[in-house]
Amino acid sequence: MKFTSSLLTLFLFLCGSVASAQDGYIRAYEGTFALTNARIETITNGTIENGSLVIRDGVIEEVGATVAIPGDAEVIDCSGMTIYPGMIDGGTRLGLQEIGSLPETVDHGEIGDIRPHMQALTAVNPNSVSIPITRVSGVTTVLTSPSGGIMPGTAALINLHGYTPDQMDAGFKGVVLNFPSSARFGRFDRRTDEDIEKQFNEALERLNETWEQAVLFERIDANGGSDLYQPEMAALVPVIRREAPLLIEAHAAKDIEKALEWIEEKSIDAVLTGVREGWRVADKIAAAGVRVITGPVLTTPSRDYDRYDAAYRNAGWMHDAGVTVAIRSGEVENVRNLPFNAGFAAAYGMGREAALEAVTIVPARIFGVDERLGSIEVGKDATLFVADGDPFETKTQVVDLFIGGYRIPIESRHISLYDEFLNRNPGLER
Amino acid sequence: MRLTLLALLLLAGSAAAQTAVDLPPAETRGDLLIRGATVLTVTNGTHENTDILVRDGKIEALGQGLSAPGGVRVVDGTGFHVMPGIIDAHSHIALSNVNEAQNTITSEVQMGDVTDPTDVGIYRALAGGVTTIHTLHGSANAVGGESETLKLRYGTFDPNALHFEGAPRTLKFALGENPTRVHGRGRDIRPRSRMGVEQLYREAFSEARRYRDAQNEAEENGTLAPPYSRRMETLADILDGEVLIHCHSYRADEIVMLMNVLRDFGVDRITFQHVNEGFKVAPELADFGAGASVFSDWWAYKFEVYYSTAYNVAILLRNGVRASINSDSGELIRHLYHEAAKSQRYGDLTDDEALSLITINPAWQLGIDDQVGSIEEGKDADLAIFDGHPLSVYARPVMTIVDGVVRFDEARDGDDMRLDVDPEEAIEDVRLYDHDEESCLVDAFVL
Repeated sequence: MKFTSSLLTLFLFLCGSVASAQDGYIRAYEGTFALTNARIETITNGTIENGSLVIRDGVIEEVGATVAIPGDAEVIDCSGMTIYPGMIDGGTRLGLQEIGSLPETVDHGEIGDIRPHMQALTAVNPNSVSIPITRVSGVTTVLTSPSGGIMPGTAALINLHGYTPDQMDAGFKGVVLNFPSSARFGRFDRRTDEDIEKQFNEALERLNETWEQAVLFERIDANGGSDLYQPEMAALVPVIRREAPLLIEAHAAKDIEKALEWIEEKSIDAVLTGVREGWRVADKIAAAGVRVITGPVLTTPSRDYDRYDAAYRNAGWMHDAGVTVAIRSGEVENVRNLPFNAGFAAAYGMGREAALEAVTIVPARIFGVDERLGSIEVGKDATLFVADGDPFETKTQVVDLFIGGYRIPIESRHISLYDEFLNRNPGLER
Repeated sequence: MRLTLLALLLLAGSAAAQTAVDLPPAETRGDLLIRGATVLTVTNGTHENTDILVRDGKIEALGQGLSAPGGVRVVDGTGFHVMPGIIDAHSHIALSNVNEAQNTITSEVQMGDVTDPTDVGIYRALAGGVTTIHTLHGSANAVGGESETLKLRYGTFDPNALHFEGAPRTLKFALGENPTRVHGRGRDIRPRSRMGVEQLYREAFSEARRYRDAQNEAEENGTLAPPYSRRMETLADILDGEVLIHCHSYRADEIVMLMNVLRDFGVDRITFQHVNEGFKVAPELADFGAGASVFSDWWAYKFEVYYSTAYNVAILLRNGVRASINSDSGELIRHLYHEAAKSQRYGDLTDDEALSLITINPAWQLGIDDQVGSIEEGKDADLAIFDGHPLSVYARPVMTIVDGVVRFDEARDGDDMRLDVDPEEAIEDVRLYDHDEESCLVDAFVL
């Protein structure tokens, strides 16, 4: 209450006319901003201990130790605060699910095994209550992915501000492949070893059949195409032409190895996702030069005989082996835990610098959006946040937030419930 | 020659690593001196450069310049933080079953009968600084079974050796979506609504009261005693104040409902579990004197937790409710210190307040706060040692001590700490857990 109301006061003081306080609603606004006296962790060009950053037309216009403050800028004093680029979560279902147990509110799983043309972006609910709850933690951009089957659809990178899916589009889309799995999922998976092997082989056969068809389709397409409407095949053409990476979900060590062989055989550009047992085959992943988006870090080891901290250390072990590693939360309503996933990876061997890169510039590069996101550099999108400390540290507060140059209120349902109920009125008496 | 040397080195290496069967027997009560640590007592401030002397499993002395009798292991605590062993008021690890879901009232069953002391989840919890857990019956039934309070004396095959001596009996209740789904919608019997849940409690308590009255009458006047019913015995024991209720609950209205029922039947000890909307009725909970054991940030996995907030625990605490943070998960239990720290992001609690959520407060909720939950002379030597402040995301637990016995030691433990190894087990049983939420319904649908 103390924190949020003082922030609100500061906010109203700084931009009185823009905030429509009379109806209790504050909306995002754009403008020219100068963030002054800040510590700035640029990620790609070191840390500026006391500097300023100017935002204009949605991008970072200036950043440095000595920056001329434009006369028309709204000045925000960031003394004692640090500016970071918005964190990027390399794997979520944010916006595609509102309430886990209610199928009416779950839109990430379509019927059918092969449906790469299903577009996650289409089903992103820009008004999901989880979105403001996520972005006030400093996570500004997420990959949101479809689920189920062998090829569940096309994932989309979205910025967490906007009123239509198109406004949220952050410039990357990728077809997802759930590589055939030899692992069991959760405590309710009671399949026998024989069932698992059979299903693995069937899925691999189906995948390879699909791939042959897609290769044929691409050849027909390159030679003038056909009149047949085959959207699931068309969706795979950019992957076959190496114009876009295939996002391949694989976890068990031997599945990862098979996936690496498959990637080489098909000669495609691929990113491995999930990769819970990546540490067991880290050298092979590194040798193949395949990039990885791993997570969640906060999960149990995949085998009972593994060391208790194997999952915490997975990202660090892969990083040490020379793998390019981004970190994801794998979450929906708690994507806000991305910085804590990264924090645990940092504490368990990865180190803070690599972990910070794993949620900023590394995923930006993997998704090919590093010209716009992932670090504090002139010309990049003004998608960044201001915090009173290390964003991985649990007690740190994010005090200011910009996405694409829009200043976003530090507001969410969780915060407004706090404001309402900390001192409920009436209290005990009627 | 070089090969032999290598073999010797390997042998030495493997001999140094401790395995689960090397751990001391469960009945061991250890002696230990921790020297020069930062001691977070939780109830009595933080003391720098302080020693803790442990004798026979109890904290004998706390102070500076303490010395240990010869032969007592000395742990150099310089640069380390020591906090009370973490207590999880809601867990389903170390259980071979969770729900007896064939009746809406199953107060006759006991989780103590299905304790699995070999669950590697116990070791993983120890590796997160946890020393005591409350293993509950599931939430399929409005009245579930008796729960069990355990000390994590990992290393034994005897389920009874984990029992927390002197812990009061506790029983699981459950409100809302789970009991109405399993029985009402799943089996077409009451309760299917929150109205039905209320009347189920009123009928059950009324029957239990008649049962106990008839027993008393038989004893005093020699009338015929009612046929023995384990189910009724336990419910009557609740009315007599001998069993503490721990109630799975979410919505504000159902929380108030149960407090009203309990008032009508003269029951005054209850801890609400999960209680995501507890913050909405915090004044009522405080007025009743109820405990609240909550998630740090879980929400939106079902409708009854949609209107919840991560600031729940802060609102509860600031309104005078004795609150704790629990795991309900074999994953979260490994980092409850981090879950507690979230109360500083979501509500600005002090370090001691945040630590109380996983130590003295759950101890109070389980009725064991006179034995554990803080670092005080005379209390059990259940301690967790970290290489930084436990509320920092960068801090790692390095040693966990139960009854003065080191049961997790980052430096000495081997990788494979399974106790019960099945020689026929497939070597590559890979099992992935995603967001291990609400283990409460395990077994509920295996009908």
